[in-house]
Amino acid sequence: MSSPEFSDGEAPAEKVTEVSGTGIPVRGNDIDTDQIIPARFMKVVTFDGLGQFSFFDQRFDDEDEEKDHPFNEEQYRGANVLVVNQNFGCGSSREHAPQALMRWGIDAVVGESFAEIFAGNCLALGVPTVTADQEDIEALQDYVEANPDAEVDIDVAAETIAYGDTVIDATVHDAQRKALVEGVWDTTALMGANEGAVRETARSLPYVPAEHIPGDEA
Amino acid sequence: MSEGTLYDKVWDRHKVTRLPTGQDQLFVGLHLVHEVTSPQAFGMLKERGQEVAFPKRTHATVDHIVPTGNRDRPYRDEAAESMMAELEENVRGSGIEFSDPDSGNQGIVHVIGPEQGLTQPGMTIVCGDSHTSTHGAFGALAFGIGTSQIRDVLATGCVAMEKQKVRKIEVTGELGEGVTAKDVILTIIGKLGTDGGVGHVYEYAGEAIESLGMEGRMSICNMSIEGGARAGYVNPDETTYEWLRETDAFADDPEEFERLKPYWESIRTDDDAEYDDVVTIDGSAIEPTVTWGTTPGQTAGITEPIPDPDDLPEEDRDTARRAQKHMRVEPGDTMEGYDIDVAFLGSCTNARLKDLREAAAFVEGREVDDDVRAMVVPGSQRVRDAAEAEGLDEVFKEAGFDWREPGCSMCLGMNDDQLVGDEASASSSNRNFVGRQGSKDGRTVLMSPIMVAAAAVTGEVTDVREMEEVATV
Repeated sequence: MSSPEFSDGEAPAEKVTEVSGTGIPVRGNDIDTDQIIPARFMKVVTFDGLGQFSFFDQRFDDEDEEKDHPFNEEQYRGANVLVVNQNFGCGSSREHAPQALMRWGIDAVVGESFAEIFAGNCLALGVPTVTADQEDIEALQDYVEANPDAEVDIDVAAETIAYGDTVIDATVHDAQRKALVEGVWDTTALMGANEGAVRETARSLPYVPAEHIPGDEA
Repeated sequence: MSEGTLYDKVWDRHKVTRLPTGQDQLFVGLHLVHEVTSPQAFGMLKERGQEVAFPKRTHATVDHIVPTGNRDRPYRDEAAESMMAELEENVRGSGIEFSDPDSGNQGIVHVIGPEQGLTQPGMTIVCGDSHTSTHGAFGALAFGIGTSQIRDVLATGCVAMEKQKVRKIEVTGELGEGVTAKDVILTIIGKLGTDGGVGHVYEYAGEAIESLGMEGRMSICNMSIEGGARAGYVNPDETTYEWLRETDAFADDPEEFERLKPYWESIRTDDDAEYDDVVTIDGSAIEPTVTWGTTPGQTAGITEPIPDPDDLPEEDRDTARRAQKHMRVEPGDTMEGYDIDVAFLGSCTNARLKDLREAAAFVEGREVDDDVRAMVVPGSQRVRDAAEAEGLDEVFKEAGFDWREPGCSMCLGMNDDQLVGDEASASSSNRNFVGRQGSKDGRTVLMSPIMVAAAAVTGEVTDVREMEEVATV
């Protein structure tokens, strides 16, 4: 796991500068959030307990017998770095998807590319979504498969992924990197500090009547 | 970098400040709330001892889990009941207006916003639902957000975002007979891919788009996210204004309409605007289009062959192979004649009055195939009432369709409306992902409402143009 440090005051979020641990590969392009967490498990009013339902329909057949899936394999128990391919997390905006993965134990996702809403939802949880070239990702997936106990180190600030004797160049989107490294990913706190400016913007919009701006109601 | 587009202008008008992360803090003009993605956000707000910052810019409804049959409380499904109760509790006393089932205004969140006039040009609109892009049809900047962002909006009235690139998608020419907005957007996603729009906002323009009514524009903007674009929009014009004049917001207040119109005009994309890129598609060449696979980008015109995975770009091959195995289709075949078990006419993509009218006009005097269970789920209570006033419910029922109460229903199978086993559905919804309609072996073929109607009647995927010809001979 990363070395969490708490920033001092304005935005109470952990700094996420690096994530280390063992990897788990889930191969395939366009893995959508309906696959990550089927809708029927979203009939809940908290995110607690969602972890066990990650990739549920890929992991179990109709008789609830286990199917071949990395999330079922003993060798990946305790893994916290998920390695995926292209356009991971497309489809529904459900935050239940990264919540389920995080509660299963995932601390970072590395892949060729991510759907935007999914990446944003991960950031809101302090989970980095790190991208690298197809070749590098596939090599990392092969490595993790062959060495499920080996450590994978993601340096969010330096944008590198290290495993075995290999260090690959990775990309952490600018705003995401800044937010994670500086511990300012709690946007509620960040934006809450600008209350006055928010009201000014609201007042400048012709479609927002004064009675919709708390405090301005005449 | 784009300049002078509607996106640039609406962004600038709503920008509060630049955050230390490099993201912009944007004021949210309208926050729509539903029962599935909001409870945890309200919970987080309570934990922090905060209240809803702009309750009067927030509007709630219930759509994902509501039963579309018996709606007596408590709902038979305990989980659904508890989610409904939670939403009621969260909006009670908060000042948030709630279009609940007793109000006569309940419906799919992306149907009720536009029909009540909550959705207006030049607004920023968010909702914990990826199909929020629908509202872009009015020239709003509208996008889906996650639950932590819902918390942000509830607490601050704002969302933190980075500016995207703007791609103009120009659809030229006139659409052919039997070709609808749904066929246009399926074609666009088929051409640009499910991740083609990542990092982009889509501006839809061109003759084929401008000649569409608001319902068609909504169907197109709705599925922007299926192409990877978080938002899509059409510049407001007379068609937009005609719709707005009829809504609750302006029907009794033409002065307010006139007062806001200059703002709406001002945020239209300038003639000399700059885009990050432009894609042109010949609208006159689009056929009725359906999906053959398990992503909304795996599409083919009804007379076009299903592609051989080996002929696709390398990164698409595995997905295509798996999809063809799941759907049990063969390269080289067309989708015409593909047997279906279920016909679903509903969803935030295609369950508005115009969709139901077109399907009903086709269905009238015909019968649903014996082996098909067919259902119509109107997008809202107002759509239902308007359709019933025109007798459309009777047309559907007479033909053998089930006429149900409004909600998301079988689009995502969170209530009792689900595929069973390996049933195949002809569906007017927006996603054909494996398991999407409630059964992991279920098979979904996406298409327009009239194509769903045609499939319901014949029991197989059918080129509606041929049916119409037969009918007029």
